Amino acid sequence: MLDYIWLIPILPLAGSALIGLLGLAKLWYAGEKLNKKIVSVIALASVGLAFLLSIILVYQLFFVEHKELFSKDFLTWIRAGSLPLAEGGLAGFEISWGFQLDPLSAVMILFVTGVGFLIHIYSTGYMWDDTGYYRFFSYLNLFMFAMLTLVLANNYLMMFVGWEGVGLCSYLLIGFYFEKKSAGDAGKKAFIVNRIGDAGFILGMMLVFVHFGSLHFETVFQKAAELPVETGTGYLFWATVCFFIGACGKSAQIPLYVWLSDAMEGPTPVSALIHAATMVTAGVYMICRSNALFSRSHEAMMIVAVVGTLTAIYAATIGFAQTDIKRVLAYSTVSQLGYMFAALGVGAFVGGIFHVVTHAFFKALLFLGSGSVIMAMHHEQDMLKMGGLKKYLPWTYATMFVGTLAIAGIPPFAGFFSKDEILWKAYSNGHPVIWALLWIGAGMTSFYMFRLLFLTFWGKERMDEHTRHHIHESPKRVIYPLVALAGLSVIGGWIGLPAWTGFANKFEHFMEPVLHLPHEASGHHAAHSTSLELLLTGASVAVALLGIFIAYRFYVARPGTADRITAKIRGVYQLVYRKYLIDELYDALFVNRAKNLGNICFFFDSKFIDGVGVNGSAAATRGISTISKLFDTYVVDGLVNLIGWINMQLNRLFTAFQTGMVQRYALVAVFGIVVLILVYYNGLLDF
Amino acid sequence: MEFFMDNILNIVCYFPLVGMILIMLTKRENEQAVKWIANITAFIGFIISIPLLTAFNNPEYIGPDGFRFIYEHSWIPMIGATYKFGIDGISMLLILLTTLLGFISILSSWTAIKERIKEYYAFMLLLQTGMLGVFMAMDFLVFYVFWEIMLVPMYFLIGVWGGPRKLYAAIKFFLYTLAGSVLMLVGILAIYFHQFQETGVYSFDILGFQKLGFPPDLQFWVFLAFFVGFAIKVPMFPFHTWLPDAHVQAPTAGSVILAGVLLKMGTYGFVRFSLPMFPDATMRFMEPLLILSLIGIIYGALVAMMQKDMKSLVAYSSVSHLGFVMLGVFAATPVALQGGILQMINHGISTGALFLIVGIVYERRHTRLIADYGGLSHIMPVYATVFLIMTLSSIGMPGLNGFIGEFLILQGTFAAPGLWIYAALAVIGIVLGAAYMLWLYQRVMFGKIENPLNKALPDLNLRELATFVPLIILAFWIGIYPSFFTKYLDEPVQAIVERVRPDYYKSEMADIPKLPAENKSVHAE
Repeated sequence: MLDYIWLIPILPLAGSALIGLLGLAKLWYAGEKLNKKIVSVIALASVGLAFLLSIILVYQLFFVEHKELFSKDFLTWIRAGSLPLAEGGLAGFEISWGFQLDPLSAVMILFVTGVGFLIHIYSTGYMWDDTGYYRFFSYLNLFMFAMLTLVLANNYLMMFVGWEGVGLCSYLLIGFYFEKKSAGDAGKKAFIVNRIGDAGFILGMMLVFVHFGSLHFETVFQKAAELPVETGTGYLFWATVCFFIGACGKSAQIPLYVWLSDAMEGPTPVSALIHAATMVTAGVYMICRSNALFSRSHEAMMIVAVVGTLTAIYAATIGFAQTDIKRVLAYSTVSQLGYMFAALGVGAFVGGIFHVVTHAFFKALLFLGSGSVIMAMHHEQDMLKMGGLKKYLPWTYATMFVGTLAIAGIPPFAGFFSKDEILWKAYSNGHPVIWALLWIGAGMTSFYMFRLLFLTFWGKERMDEHTRHHIHESPKRVIYPLVALAGLSVIGGWIGLPAWTGFANKFEHFMEPVLHLPHEASGHHAAHSTSLELLLTGASVAVALLGIFIAYRFYVARPGTADRITAKIRGVYQLVYRKYLIDELYDALFVNRAKNLGNICFFFDSKFIDGVGVNGSAAATRGISTISKLFDTYVVDGLVNLIGWINMQLNRLFTAFQTGMVQRYALVAVFGIVVLILVYYNGLLDF
Repeated sequence: MEFFMDNILNIVCYFPLVGMILIMLTKRENEQAVKWIANITAFIGFIISIPLLTAFNNPEYIGPDGFRFIYEHSWIPMIGATYKFGIDGISMLLILLTTLLGFISILSSWTAIKERIKEYYAFMLLLQTGMLGVFMAMDFLVFYVFWEIMLVPMYFLIGVWGGPRKLYAAIKFFLYTLAGSVLMLVGILAIYFHQFQETGVYSFDILGFQKLGFPPDLQFWVFLAFFVGFAIKVPMFPFHTWLPDAHVQAPTAGSVILAGVLLKMGTYGFVRFSLPMFPDATMRFMEPLLILSLIGIIYGALVAMMQKDMKSLVAYSSVSHLGFVMLGVFAATPVALQGGILQMINHGISTGALFLIVGIVYERRHTRLIADYGGLSHIMPVYATVFLIMTLSSIGMPGLNGFIGEFLILQGTFAAPGLWIYAALAVIGIVLGAAYMLWLYQRVMFGKIENPLNKALPDLNLRELATFVPLIILAFWIGIYPSFFTKYLDEPVQAIVERVRPDYYKSEMADIPKLPAENKSVHAE
């Protein structure tokens, strides 16, 4: 049964290819669009089947066979000679198409296919009127393939296939409305920024190969498990830092986060699926997968923790000042991803993945909810032009309210459990500063999320009359997924109840086989104190409530407070609103410099190499040949001409004799005879 | 059949000449006949080259030193030149690429070439024979003759059917290449006479030269002489400036052949001659050559980024891609070399296709300026898809061909003792590659259709689609199952590495547990 694991990614791939080819063929042959119902059926069936198969296989492996790892190579992919290893000896370069199912990939495929399926349903409603319907679903199914390949791969290189594949789909879907220049720009930016990260990923893989002689997870991790924790910056440090650069690109961490807010140019279901629930968490997955390597370099872990924490806080501040509903959610995603990385960095690998799962539920819900709002508002995304929508959109409002409570960390909603585990682990693993910063971040999160909720659904109706008339609740295909996700946002956290509740943390236990931590880093060195844990939990709930309270004061109780404050700190506000001008900085520092360098190189190419070098040598050749010509004309030819001239003169001399007059010939003959006789008699010639 | 297999190299090499003669016998006015003869000849030429692959490992055809299908006949006994053909895995793959691209480029010319049709197709077929001979030659004099033969038709293809600055480009191409090959000839004569001094035998046999081994000073000088000849052809920085001119001015099919096959002559020359014949000089020049390759990668990409003409953008991208090939070749570990050779094939596929892609819109609009386009995705969806696939292939998207070559080159270079930094820096080229290609794609395909002249451009027709289908299939094939092709490279690459790095195979294979092919599972405690 498990031998059919390859079908999980292949099903959506087949769906994508079928929709894409049929759609293209119909357009090319008949000039018509493919029937939308056919598209929907193929798209939903392929993802739905993948979801079902995932459930069956996970059940089979863990509950029927009672195993915790399935890994199989199905087909040789690359086999190309050998290379020398850093520690001596040679290793054959051999990589296979192979899949692996273990607790980590099981969790990932379940929520990826599950949430993916819900978003596919939603999209059939949201995208129904779009002219690019078939194209959209072809890309979306392709994305599912790439994401599932990423999480099911049993080696780094194949993971990289999925890694780049999701990046490609992200590019295509961000640029889906390609007639808009901003959409094309955003897609390109996402791809190129991700490519910078991917360069890191590639370097990391190369380092791993020359030290471990393989890219297979099992081989690498088993060898790594025997290694001691590295001190200083050895190859494990460099390899993991390179991988982390890759993760920064894909998961939008400082300094490579800049593409994610622009990515909101894509259709909203795309933002929900790719730029919130699944793809952006690939970096977290990858680091958790590589925990055997990361946990053996303290320095690398510190970098991950610090970057994650800073991103969490930094992105939250930008979220304060945005008025575009999707951009707030985008920065919120960056911030929440920061939490996940902070978790990884402090050694809470399981906590990071737990947050990935719960975040997938509530963030997908929030994005889809915002999509429902945007549809109702006729593609208006500015929250300042909304307000009071709760009575028009009761279902959207109710579900988004649940999502907001979940992200704010209010018990017993999903986000509370996962975020609290991160905070607790940060503290108990000995990082109080990180705990404090994340704690402040929690308050900020609940503030900007309730700001979003209040501005959109509460208060005065700020839209124009025409829009208000046409506001209507979204169709069922849009609402059902919202309700399902809202349900998951309530109960999704209960799989990982903390110890103080008296229930065992099932999630942590389930994930245990994935971890290959060194003994000292397994997190038991900090004293467990239930009372302290409860105290800290109380503190984080308190700060979340404080955030809600302030948001309520600012945007409901006394609307206008926020404006008064921003007016006072205008400069700072503008700076935050314009995202600290980082985009402009990057443009000046990198993009324009690269372009200038390109121009300089081209100038060098055409003026120097070609101008001076090639055309110069051509000119030199011409110069030399001119000199040769002069030499030819005046020296060589001159000599020739001289000879000719002498000839001519002689000629003339002799022609003078050839007059044709017989008398003169006779005269000359006589003259000649006389001369001869004279010569003879004078003995001048001795005959 | 037996006659066919015994003489397969001669038949494959000279078959295009049959078509050429038929075309010359056809009346000038009978254009349809000329086109059909050319297309059918090229198609059959591709079909008859396939047995080279299918019968490659048939023991009947395996000769000494792993060369296959050897054909030998005395030629000029006085100077020791023999007419000798033979191929190994490297040349086999390149020959298949040549016959395939030859057919595709001839098919793509159906409506693009409107003048002097008879001469055009005659030259295309002659060019084909010249290129195939280069990859088959096992005698230096034979090699040199074919090397020069292929120059002539290419010169005329650019000079007669080219763009506005065709004469400049054609003469530049010709002089550049000629300068290189003259130096190469001097090099050949130097080792030829050296061999006579050592052994008392006059011979141009390539394998003989390889086995002889030359003293280091001679290697030094001859390596340099060969280097100029091959580096111009590749082209390596700073010998590359003929390439953009030649590409921009050449007709589409000429660009396809130029990029797809002619550039490979240089890289093939390094792999076939420079490395195995002059191993000491290779090691001595390794780092400077890697630096030149690296400059080529980054410099080519930067210049490509700023081009306004689609064709010169693709041409400069070739400089960058060939930089990768040379990086892999000079790093000289088996993985890097296999990657480099595979990347030669990949570059032929993706860049060949990109030139065809430019040719499609050039034929419709007679402009190659990027700024004249925009928004073509709206009206040419199939074209958009093909263009996207080839863009991705060019920038090394995993699952497509380019990635395999690039990754093998990088990994192989990274692992070579003391060379990791070159691989690490070459990674920059991957980022820049994405930048210039995606920017090109965006400017041509995305946005609104601003230019009214573009409003009614037709999508690909069936013939045009047919030129792309084999390339797309190959791009996926190599991306998903490259072992099918790399297995032919194991033997020749091992032979080269043994010569360049004599100690390499003395170290043992490290003990790395392989994942069992069977279902591996661990029981829960």
